[in-house]
Amino acid sequence: MLQYAAIFMMMLGLYGILTNRNIIKIIISLNILEIGLNIFIISVGYVKDGIAPILTSATPSGSIFVDPLPQALVLTAIVIGVGTTALGLSLAKKMFQKYGTYNLDEMGEQ
Amino acid sequence: MKKFLALALSIGLGVMIIVALNANELFPSMGEVDITDRISNSFLNRSVLGRAQDVIFGETEVTEGGPANMITAIVADYRSFDTLGEITVLFVSSLGVALLLGATKQKRLDFNFKPNFMLKVGSRALFAIILMTGIYVTIHGHLTPGGGFPGGAMIASSILLLYLADDTFRAKVKGFKILESVAGSLYVVIGLIGLITADYFLVNFINNGIVGTLFSAGIIPIVYVLIGLKVGSEISGVIDNFLTEEETV
Repeated sequence: MLQYAAIFMMMLGLYGILTNRNIIKIIISLNILEIGLNIFIISVGYVKDGIAPILTSATPSGSIFVDPLPQALVLTAIVIGVGTTALGLSLAKKMFQKYGTYNLDEMGEQ
Repeated sequence: MKKFLALALSIGLGVMIIVALNANELFPSMGEVDITDRISNSFLNRSVLGRAQDVIFGETEVTEGGPANMITAIVADYRSFDTLGEITVLFVSSLGVALLLGATKQKRLDFNFKPNFMLKVGSRALFAIILMTGIYVTIHGHLTPGGGFPGGAMIASSILLLYLADDTFRAKVKGFKILESVAGSLYVVIGLIGLITADYFLVNFINNGIVGTLFSAGIIPIVYVLIGLKVGSEISGVIDNFLTEEETV
């Protein structure tokens, strides 16, 4: 069920990217797509009744862990998402300084 | 019309993904994963090199993949070279932001209001707490959830708080740049030491110690603290670039 929700979120982000004409909204849509994808990757590694793959003093022996590899990959994906978002927002700020608007349709009219 | 096309495309793609995954035998439904079939099983058993052992918290002296947190073991030990590439991506993106928004003479963006005394003092007190939490999360990355990346983001968010609450505050950006380059270079140097003294690049050449103690897991806490410093200073530099503007004479 969670996987369907994640795929729905990805498609929501894709729809936002295709229909919006505002740069900030496009970047927000890109982030929604990315979060949906991250939830999907995490859900691939879920094991029923599994616990977080961290040994503590309270961990009973023989307990089932969830798959740690997708979580490590998502950690990478989140950091790269932060980098792309920062770069996109700085481009948006630069465009706003030049054209005075965030709307892509109104930009070439000067 | 355009919106209808976009809607049709999104729904079509979503249905295609769901149908393709449902028909695939290699893709089990959620929660019914057999983890013993996967490569992750050898990460969890710490038997990638073929030496399986029972790991008990606080007792066992593990020979590979030192940390109690297995995600840290993957990020900073098994796939450490990948993490080196990842912080390079972050470095390049912060460099791009500095290239687009940076200028030689910069000043702070002005506020619409004047921050009062209570806001300034309260934000300083909160700054200390958030910074301490960030440092704690960074140092305990091999034992608890967290590590260099979230800890670095917390350190940067404490800097962001100071920027938002005080209109005269300006961080020392040169210090961030120096910290960032020193941390990044030390990561590579640690990897090269492993290459020279032991087998391969970024090998864990210090004794792993007992799993679950603070001074354990060899070079992994050191590497993770360096990553935390680098991420924190990079995101702080990005924040500074966004909240300053070119000085108009």
